[in-house]
Amino acid sequence: MKSLLKYREIWLLAGILVLIGLISTRFPGFADPANLRQVFNDTAILMILALGQMVVILTRSIDLSMASNLCFTGMVVAMLNAAHPAIPIPVLIVIALAVGLVLGAINGLLVWRLNIPSIVVTLGTLTIYRGATFVLSGGAWVNADRMSADFINFQRVAFLGIPVLSWIALLVIALFFLAMTRTAIGRSIYAIGVNPTASVYAGIDVGRTKFVVFCISGMVSGLAGYLWISRYVIASVEVANGYELNIIAACVIGGISIAGGIGSVGGAVLGSLFLGIISNALPVINISPFWQMAISGGAIILAVVLNARGERRQGRIILRKAEAA
Amino acid sequence: MDTTAQRKAETNGLTPSGPAPSANPRLTLSGISKSFPGVRALHNVSLSLYPGQVTALIGENGAGKSTLVKIMTGIYQPDAGEISIDGQATALPSAHAAFGHGITAIHQETVLFDDLSVAENIFLGHAPRTRFGTIDWRTMRKNAREVLETMRAGHIDADARLKDLGIANKHLVAVARAMSIDARIVIMDEPTAALSMKEIEELFLLIEFLKSEGKAVLFISHKFDEIYRIADRYTVFRDGEMVGEGLLKDAGQNEIVRMMVGRNVDHIFPHREPSIGSAVLSVSGLSHPTEFDDIGFELRKGEILGFYGLVGAGRSEVMQAISGITRTAKGTISLDGKTIAPKSAADSIDAGIVYVPEERGKQGVVIGLPIFQNVSLPSLKRTSKSGVLKLAEEFSLARSYTERLDLRASSLSQDVGTLSGGNQQKVVIAKWLATTPKVIILDEPTKGIDIGSKAAVHGFMAELVSQGLSVIMVSSELPEILGMSDRVVVMREGRIAATYDNKGLDAETLVRTAAGIAA
Repeated sequence: MKSLLKYREIWLLAGILVLIGLISTRFPGFADPANLRQVFNDTAILMILALGQMVVILTRSIDLSMASNLCFTGMVVAMLNAAHPAIPIPVLIVIALAVGLVLGAINGLLVWRLNIPSIVVTLGTLTIYRGATFVLSGGAWVNADRMSADFINFQRVAFLGIPVLSWIALLVIALFFLAMTRTAIGRSIYAIGVNPTASVYAGIDVGRTKFVVFCISGMVSGLAGYLWISRYVIASVEVANGYELNIIAACVIGGISIAGGIGSVGGAVLGSLFLGIISNALPVINISPFWQMAISGGAIILAVVLNARGERRQGRIILRKAEAA
Repeated sequence: MDTTAQRKAETNGLTPSGPAPSANPRLTLSGISKSFPGVRALHNVSLSLYPGQVTALIGENGAGKSTLVKIMTGIYQPDAGEISIDGQATALPSAHAAFGHGITAIHQETVLFDDLSVAENIFLGHAPRTRFGTIDWRTMRKNAREVLETMRAGHIDADARLKDLGIANKHLVAVARAMSIDARIVIMDEPTAALSMKEIEELFLLIEFLKSEGKAVLFISHKFDEIYRIADRYTVFRDGEMVGEGLLKDAGQNEIVRMMVGRNVDHIFPHREPSIGSAVLSVSGLSHPTEFDDIGFELRKGEILGFYGLVGAGRSEVMQAISGITRTAKGTISLDGKTIAPKSAADSIDAGIVYVPEERGKQGVVIGLPIFQNVSLPSLKRTSKSGVLKLAEEFSLARSYTERLDLRASSLSQDVGTLSGGNQQKVVIAKWLATTPKVIILDEPTKGIDIGSKAAVHGFMAELVSQGLSVIMVSSELPEILGMSDRVVVMREGRIAATYDNKGLDAETLVRTAAGIAA
């Protein structure tokens, strides 16, 4: 199982390397370390979001409201910054995390307490959170000239030659890696995804664990909200509209099983990188947007086919053992 | 209702339980054997069903009744034996083939389509067609009404959605479906389990009707009063073998109970010198709105307390309530003199009560996770500090318990899915022992496993109690109950029927208590 997972991630890594190689033939500087750092930085927000989505998907749930949460939280911090430019950026980041957490907790409570399927809950909040952004802003935009210089530049400052945005992504990756491999909650998330019934008997609170994952995906969306707004320097109701599908696509390409229980931090990161390269690099070498979409779509289906095969192989092992028993 | 009364009056005109003496069986099974890996389900059994007669199939849980029904309906293929219908040797290679021979089964929970109409349910798969090939709805409704009418079930609206009917009426629809395909052999597998008294009466009228139509009926039930009421013949199964058959009017209840339980001792239970202490777990007045009522018992230190009863008597439900998996309405549970109110499985695990569920695959192992993670799953609180896992501790916990159980695995990081069934079971037991419980509840611990593994599980239980643990063993297997328990609680229909000291206790007493037959 573990080796199988690694196997899949290595395939994905190989795919990314091939993609980089192909792009380099048309655009010689692409594989330069400086450019690759740029690609990583461009993909950082998607990675952060995909990690949040991953923990949700692992528990056999889905969070469709992440992009709307991002939009709402982004608007909150942008308006705060416009009104009170003196609030330090770290405080704004904490506020973004908190607002995102509240919106995620609403999803989680509905899933936990009312036992509504997460796809229904978050389909509802997807619309509600975006609607709330409109109510909050009155439909107005917050654009660059109303944002403070700190607000815009914080993530662009280079530290050891790498922008803060990339550092934040690296930190988030490290935290998720530790959480998934070294904490009780991480273990519970995998267990309830693989076998919810056995988890109940083992004393794991499945409902509460689902609540926690929605809180995590909410917090991550909130963080991404600030990062997105300060990166694209505009806050509006349209921000990240439809982006939830990119997040889910990154997870699926990264080998995270929609059926729950299977997936890793490495997979989510590589899946995001793959999508990031396609959407950021292909325009540079004059590949039409149609082909970008076709390649992303093809990658999703290929990933699902490969994953389904992996799971089927596992199924046969169980069957053989059951017969032998 | 007017029609119901009429129906009753008419049926009472028939002579109940008066089998028309008919020479030749409609269906004969002879020398049927069927094995599954590690389990011999049926060995050389025979069964005959006669037209216009009801044959009761009687046996303990696990006697092979369900397997036989599946062979008769083409779902399983026998390893050996012959099936003949009207004297002609036949094969039933599929459910479709059995259907084609007019064999139909009505199960406890009717298998029909809730969102379709009564008429559609009756004619699904053989609906009348118009000349354009589309479904002829008018004819279908008309035919449906006719079939229901002949069954004296005209009160059922052919256009009603099935889900709006009660279970008894659903049974009627299932029978109407059988009539519409001209079924000649009707199998009823515990049809009364979910019915009220009044509905049971109506079902019996229906069975009388089927008899009068010359159908051969196989009636499976645990309830003796029902069997004597409706059946003409009996066939008794025990441990996959046919041990008796004949006319019910020639056999008394006690005679049949003896056939069900009398057996050769083929399994040696571990010899124990129980040293039983004071009460560890006491339960009193435990009640649930629908599953059980006023449950009270005591479990003492070092004791194995057997829970016997028919399937559906509420034993597992009581255990799930004690272990916090379901919530009870009222009642008290106390452990070592302290009252506990487990709200979740985690609460009872913390308190020292663990429940090892019946279905190992679905409720036990987490396939996809490595062995050590399976073992530590219920003990995560102990192997972590403020949520952060102490991997070394987790590993040594897993190692010590799997070694104690002699688990054969190349590495503890191996996926449990790659282990054999027996070894997976050891992982499950290790995981519960690792929580260091005071009370361990085993639900059907040896169901569906081979003799060798059974002996290992029994030996292990004996070892647990000798170390001062207390065990509750829910089991439907009489030899296991009699061979392992210090005391036996018998449950019937959600209540405790009796508690016995296992000294000179005999199987017949247990079966009679569980089935509610006066001695």
